[in-house]
Amino acid sequence: MSLLITIMAGILFAAGVYCLLRRNMTKLIIGIILLSQAANLLVFTMGGIRAHQPVFADSETGTVAAGHADPVPQALVLTAIVIGFGLMVFTITLLMRAHAVLKSDDVNEFNHTDALP
Amino acid sequence: MDSVILRTATRFLYPLLILLSLVVLYRGHNLPGGGFIGGLIAASAVMLRALAVGWDEIKASRILKPIALMQYGLIIACVSSLIGLAVNNVLFQAVWLPTWYLPVIGKLKLGTPIVFDIGVYMVVLGFALLCAKSLDSNNN
Amino acid sequence: MIWLVLSLLLPFITAVACLRKERCGPWVPRLSLIGAVLQLGSAGMLMNHALEHEYVIIHVGAWAAPFGITLVADLFSAMMVLITAVIAVAVALYSMGDIDQRHTQKHYYSLIHLLLMGVNGSFLTGDLFNLYVWFEVMLLSSFVLITLSGTKDQLEGGVKYLLINILSSILFLCGVGLLYGKLGTLNMADVANMLSNHDDALLVNSSAMLLLVAFGIKSALFPFFFWLPASYHTPRVSISAIFAGLLTKVGVYALIRSYTLLFHSQFDVVQDVLLFLAGMTMLTGVFGAASHFDIKKILSFHIVSQIGYIAMGLAIGTPIAIAAAIFYTIHHILVKTNLFLIAGLIERRCGTTDLKKLGGLAKASPALALLFFIPAFSLGGIPPLSGFWAKFGVVKAGLDAQHYWLVGCALFVGVLTLYSMTKIWAEAFWKKAPAAGKEQKAASSDSLPKVMVIPCVGLALITVWLSLNPEPLLELSTKASEQLGNPQGYIKEVLGK
Repeated sequence: MSLLITIMAGILFAAGVYCLLRRNMTKLIIGIILLSQAANLLVFTMGGIRAHQPVFADSETGTVAAGHADPVPQALVLTAIVIGFGLMVFTITLLMRAHAVLKSDDVNEFNHTDALP
Repeated sequence: MDSVILRTATRFLYPLLILLSLVVLYRGHNLPGGGFIGGLIAASAVMLRALAVGWDEIKASRILKPIALMQYGLIIACVSSLIGLAVNNVLFQAVWLPTWYLPVIGKLKLGTPIVFDIGVYMVVLGFALLCAKSLDSNNN
Repeated sequence: MIWLVLSLLLPFITAVACLRKERCGPWVPRLSLIGAVLQLGSAGMLMNHALEHEYVIIHVGAWAAPFGITLVADLFSAMMVLITAVIAVAVALYSMGDIDQRHTQKHYYSLIHLLLMGVNGSFLTGDLFNLYVWFEVMLLSSFVLITLSGTKDQLEGGVKYLLINILSSILFLCGVGLLYGKLGTLNMADVANMLSNHDDALLVNSSAMLLLVAFGIKSALFPFFFWLPASYHTPRVSISAIFAGLLTKVGVYALIRSYTLLFHSQFDVVQDVLLFLAGMTMLTGVFGAASHFDIKKILSFHIVSQIGYIAMGLAIGTPIAIAAAIFYTIHHILVKTNLFLIAGLIERRCGTTDLKKLGGLAKASPALALLFFIPAFSLGGIPPLSGFWAKFGVVKAGLDAQHYWLVGCALFVGVLTLYSMTKIWAEAFWKKAPAAGKEQKAASSDSLPKVMVIPCVGLALITVWLSLNPEPLLELSTKASEQLGNPQGYIKEVLGK
């Protein structure tokens, strides 16, 4: 399972980078989304994936069974997803407005602010 | 968009979804759920209504003012973190009220984490509504 | 301890209070100023405490160190928080004249204070993932701020700024994730402690490099700097000023923190890379500045080259070099913010910051010329202004550590910096005014509002004071650098061993 998700994260990274390198603005958004999901998956696998081993303490002994799943990466990923959600919404809004103003979805048209005089 | 089916369905679905979001909000401390997910469910309920009857009605609503929701949500979340500071001199420490037993709900455990979650719920609802409004294509 | 909490809480409260513009109308700017002044007070008290106790530590929610989130203020953090508060007051005051009703309606003041909270949080946190969260707080507000007016230039610059910074956040997250996978902890002290006992370079290096790239993007180091000159000159001057002063410095802070604490035992892995990046950053930044003819664009490129100097201090890595880097950071924040604010004054007075259209300002407004002279030539490193001491410190450290080519680079860049400052001086102030356009006359007839001049004068006075009397800050930087040079002390205090 871990191996599968790791490979998937790698594929997502590759796809994300490929989309980012395109000149189309929509692909830019898709690329960013893919990359952030890839990062989330990467963090998620870092705790080791163990099914059926939640961190619940035994009610009698008060200890946690050995080999339990690590909850921290899951908490981290949750936070990262929430933050990513906000970022994505803002990115999409901004790109929509930029598209409306610049009248182009070709990233190469975005070359006014660092032009030499 | 104008659809009788959607409008009629929304009339029943809207209160149910809001109720669901509140349930999810409440059970969030120990079970899957919480302020963020609850807020998103509530936001999707509002958006469903907006799709069915249009944004104008949502904009006219007194409760669903995104900025105000976010502001009060932030205040509530902030206050909940300060209660711990006031009671135990520790920032963000959970302070619980004694557990009550109510007839239908059962054990009712209230404390600062749920207050924090309510704040999060409001912020998420406000934020999602704000974004949806600004993305609304008729709103330019 | 309460002062540490207040450093985060005050900007938050101010931001929330400023959110409802229809309720309090003209009070919003004043509210923001009051918030900033209070923040300065609490930052001063925090500094005082940090001097007294060395470390001010809070375990949030009383969860003990490696498990919960820890907030730590050592001397370096406290200094950065203090200088942030100084900048906050200056910008809050300046905004009263610069920011119009339309921007206030768009929650400018709330966003500025949220940004300040993010900056303070990044300086104060002792937990890697928490650092990521504070970065995002800071970035989200900066994204909105940089596109606040919604003009074509801002949207275009904003897209570049946004995409590159999101990319850096993603890399940061990957770095943190990998580090957690290897060590099972996120507390900076705990990570440092474990790494100093570990010798498995493979995974550590990958996260060290990911963090280097992530922080390098934020602090505009050499191959990652191009978003900065593309976007920093587009927003309102108050926004540019606070960005120029603080945001890149958060990246620099994170770099210094990582390589003096987290990876202190593996510093030699990145040292060569950092040395190279520092040199290239200085050079490219200053070449960019030399080729432009707009004050704000020149200043933006100068941020890049100055970051190079600070990175050079870090890369050399001796205690005296780190002290010089800290001194340089403080000096640079003051001077750069001031320069942007003054560029705003020039824009207000003449209607443009394009050097080709400016001229004759020395005659028309000698006070403005003097005001510009102090920070500009401090940045250029003319003795006895503060920039000279800062550059002197870095160069001396470089000579001591025998990095001769880097020192040569730094000196060469210093000359070019002076050249581009002289260019602004000659073009805007000494050159005869060009055949006056209509708008220029109309713009220069009204005088500059006092609220905009006072912060510039104040920051210039601080610069002069630092120039004539650099010992206290030098001593403080040395102390802070000694503290950074002794990560065991930090680890012990945070983990309570």
